[in-house]
Amino acid sequence: MFSQPRYLSGVRSLVSAVAQRLGFDESACGQIALAVDEALCNVIRHGYQRSPAGTIWVKIWPVDDEAGEHCEGAALDAPLDQHRPRAGGIRIVIEDLAQQVDPEAIRSRDLEEVRPGGLGVHIMKEIMDEVRFEHRAPDETGERGRGMRLTMVKRRSSE
Amino acid sequence: MEVRAEQSGSVSIVAVEGDVDLNSSRSLQTQLRESLGSAPDKLIVDLSGVPYMDSSGVATLVEAMQLARKKDTKLVLCAMSDKVQSIFEIARLDKVFTIVPDRAGAEAI
Repeated sequence: MFSQPRYLSGVRSLVSAVAQRLGFDESACGQIALAVDEALCNVIRHGYQRSPAGTIWVKIWPVDDEAGEHCEGAALDAPLDQHRPRAGGIRIVIEDLAQQVDPEAIRSRDLEEVRPGGLGVHIMKEIMDEVRFEHRAPDETGERGRGMRLTMVKRRSSE
Repeated sequence: MEVRAEQSGSVSIVAVEGDVDLNSSRSLQTQLRESLGSAPDKLIVDLSGVPYMDSSGVATLVEAMQLARKKDTKLVLCAMSDKVQSIFEIARLDKVFTIVPDRAGAEAI
């Protein structure tokens, strides 16, 4: 998607629908969509400084129940087999080409202070089981790495 | 998202319909600032028509609360859905705002 707030609603619907397909209940689907929304808002506002021309990739995988690894190539439209466990969770990766920042510097703020803003990272960490920021590595052409990668995982067993 | 403003004596009411996110929170911010501009005794924000809110919506309401305090206006949020309530709880703002279940409760305060 482009770094424009008007796409947020559509991405929320997509993420919620995929989470439902993976077996999350309605409340969890809403929370996962919120976490993704907050992550995208941070990329739009801080990563791209509100420029509408930035590119953001949202990638979603089911997490295998037993291995805990994502199901590479798993078809989300494949019928759920009654004898096969549902996906163990969801992994969402959000990537951008915005300026790289120190992942250690991205943290929740102190909530004791009541002020507008700065809640996104806290919300993501409250909702998701794993939240990991890292620099995007150089691509296959050997270009210097650009942008950030955010990986978020939520397991169904944590509902 | 749509925002509707009403006035009832010294009480202003802002009713919100639709998702409040980064795309729409600016419109809500504009209306809240306008409603608080006249320094009413009370400003009720009716969220019964809001199925979803993210932290930009919450930030808009925090800003309104700070402005209301300066104007000596009582700010009351009413009729939040469970989903919207949960973001206030995650942000630990559910005890900071005056939140009531419905419009009647807000008018009675």
